[in-house]
Amino acid sequence: MTTEQEHRSVGSWGRGAVAFLERFGILIFLVLLIVFFYSQNNRFLSQRNIFNILTEVSIYGVIAVGMTYVILTAGIDLSVGSVLAFAAMCGAVIAKGASDDRFSSGSNVDTGWVAAMATACMVGLVAGWIHGLATTKLKVPPFVVTLGGMTVWRGATLVLGKGGPISGFDDSYRMWGKGEFWGVPIPVVVFAIVAILGHVVLRYTPFGRKVYAVGCNREAARLVGVNTDRVITSVYVIVGLLSGLAGFLLSARLSSAEAVAGEMFELRVIASVVIGGTSLFGGIGGIGGTVVGVILIGVLINGLVIMNVGAYYQQIIIGIIIVLAVAFDTFAKSHRSR
Amino acid sequence: MTAPDPMREGTPQLCLSVQDITKRFPGVLALDNVSLEIAPGEVHALLGENGAGKSTLLKILSGAETSDAGTITFGGRILPPERPLDRQARGIATIYQEFSLLPELSIAENVFLGREPLQFGFVQWRQMFRETSRILERLGITINPRTPVARLSIAEQQMIEIARALSMRSDLIVMDEPTAALGSREVKRLHAIVNDLRRQNIAILYITHRLEEVPLLCDRFSVLRDGRLVGAGAIDGVETDDLVRMMVGRDVEFERQGGRAVAGSTVLEARGLRTRLSSRGGSVSLKNVSIEIRSGEVLGIAGLVGAGRTELARALFGADSLHDGELLLDGEKTRLRSPRDAIRRGIFLVPEDRKQQALFLTQSACRNLTLPSLKRLLRMWWFVDERAEERLLDEYRGKLNIRMATGRQLISSLSGGNQQKVVLSRLIACRPKVLILDEPTRGVDVGAKAEIHQILVDLARRGVAVVVISSELAEVMAISDRVITMREGCITGELNALEATEETLMSKMAIETIT
Repeated sequence: MTTEQEHRSVGSWGRGAVAFLERFGILIFLVLLIVFFYSQNNRFLSQRNIFNILTEVSIYGVIAVGMTYVILTAGIDLSVGSVLAFAAMCGAVIAKGASDDRFSSGSNVDTGWVAAMATACMVGLVAGWIHGLATTKLKVPPFVVTLGGMTVWRGATLVLGKGGPISGFDDSYRMWGKGEFWGVPIPVVVFAIVAILGHVVLRYTPFGRKVYAVGCNREAARLVGVNTDRVITSVYVIVGLLSGLAGFLLSARLSSAEAVAGEMFELRVIASVVIGGTSLFGGIGGIGGTVVGVILIGVLINGLVIMNVGAYYQQIIIGIIIVLAVAFDTFAKSHRSR
Repeated sequence: MTAPDPMREGTPQLCLSVQDITKRFPGVLALDNVSLEIAPGEVHALLGENGAGKSTLLKILSGAETSDAGTITFGGRILPPERPLDRQARGIATIYQEFSLLPELSIAENVFLGREPLQFGFVQWRQMFRETSRILERLGITINPRTPVARLSIAEQQMIEIARALSMRSDLIVMDEPTAALGSREVKRLHAIVNDLRRQNIAILYITHRLEEVPLLCDRFSVLRDGRLVGAGAIDGVETDDLVRMMVGRDVEFERQGGRAVAGSTVLEARGLRTRLSSRGGSVSLKNVSIEIRSGEVLGIAGLVGAGRTELARALFGADSLHDGELLLDGEKTRLRSPRDAIRRGIFLVPEDRKQQALFLTQSACRNLTLPSLKRLLRMWWFVDERAEERLLDEYRGKLNIRMATGRQLISSLSGGNQQKVVLSRLIACRPKVLILDEPTRGVDVGAKAEIHQILVDLARRGVAVVVISSELAEVMAISDRVITMREGCITGELNALEATEETLMSKMAIETIT
């Protein structure tokens, strides 16, 4: 091998291998975790349990896709749990109105879910838009804007639902939480579609490129003519809309729009995105990693339940493992890029 | 202070001796058996193009990297591999080209960072400020040491870096392109400081791309090319041309290209521009600036740091708002509310600070280049055509001779010159009418510098209005057709480039004002 060839092979090949390993460090961690839980209890990998895990994670996975956009721009959204609850509540109110305020209807031709889904998404979108405008026009840091939003939307939910839940939906509504499509739970299908769309937009459209550019260097993006305010507002609109969609799915699954729905979701969502390798400083990361991060947390919770670990201990273990996972990933990256 | 330190009297002849240092990175032999010796009180120039291995050698000296083979002897002792902080404690201070200052802290806090004078565990603020003032005085700077670093200009920040090295009482100070960001007046001051250090028997390893300062300042030199030492010796009797030839392995001419243009019509005209003091740390505002920018010519803007050159560029680009005055584009009044407005009208800017204002460091070279052109690279209405992207990259890679392994490599892994060529390509690909460049060759090696000059002149010949702002007079004179000088936010003169000499320009830029 001549030096010329050697040079080239290290140039593209080595870089590819490094990128591969960097990218899949967290995936290896996930596989190890699965192998461990499986060795403890072989029901862990039964089809039923796998779908259980996926259904469990898909609702906040939908939000995590949006959160990836936000974090890529070096922003943060703490309000997703509250927006979820408020949007679901609005959807439920509309659905009730559309179906003549009946509690529990058995009719199959009911279209209340259409109104509910559309309303929940719209409400989420508008909430996100307000957050986006507040950060770009009023120049309030997103942490503060969405911290405020977190309280505002939770309060609005309590007002709207008069402190309690709205429950009892018809079958076509509940189908979105409990139904199956070719044997796959519908929330999982929705999560898959959202993740694929999210990935394609981020990876293959000019908008996706601008998200990375803004997160990486906002001033440079401005100076090459990127409308940075619009990009930033858009990512909050996206995460808001997806929070609304997740709220609809959750209410369908529980057959109830709860005032306390989605509490602490923001932390779980942010944790999955960060575990998935997206940098809180912006500009680095992607949807693929987020999907792995989302599943990792789901596997962890489910595995601990299957192992009969007490709920109090679960929280401690999950917290520690989140930190360890990111440490493992960082360690792997720093050593492989040498 | 002036009396020679008795401790140093008995020290061995050499301050630093580097023997047969080799460093290999994956795929590259960064340093190949490099040796270097510096005596106390010697200013030693380390020269070489970007990517020649200077930075690697510097990192090995400062402890940021370890060498694969070879020894470093400092003050008579062979140094073990150790961390940067230990090297600092031994008396090797390094001033990096990228500043390591903390912008929110004051000058004094930066200078004494990690070494604050303490008493009973509390910081002795008064002592810290006093000592900082003394060091700043030695550097000829009259700024309150309580000022936050963020409010200083780049040149002033550079001075603070030097102040920090001085405060450490080092025996060897390594300076990586200390004059890259400085205007002529600051350069003179820095030279005076270096000479002062030399008198105190401190050894200095001086990395620079400004070859004209080497014979003025340095005693000896070493030249690196592709990781090998290709020349070394005393500076006496060595011509700048010889140095250049050693660095690039061929002749590079810095000939005058300008002055011959047949200027076209006026594209952009500014009348009576005034700006307010900007919040981003500028210390000057424009005071009634009027200029005409014509298609087909290179307009050079010369001025010292703080003359308002960058402020003018940003005003013409819509990046900072105007307080007063008007802009005429093709004879019609326009308002530029943002850079996007300017870009839509065909006005583009290459900003002064590449890392902070131009590059997307976490992104590939290709993505850096295509970002503003994505609209033209779509397929199926919405999606970026990655093959078209590669074609655009390859086109400019050929045209501008950008050296890189692949377009997918991170922009941060390219040398300064190649980074700048990517920045240039991305704007040229947008077919600019007016191209404003603020310090287009800062941190760029001699070979790439000449190439960038040629690119700019060619652009002008094809009808683009090119505005070049530079603190290097040689550069302004080499490529401009017309030169405007600025001082303290005002225009002080306009010359045809053929009549411009360093002296005439300098006198218009730098008439000392009584302060």
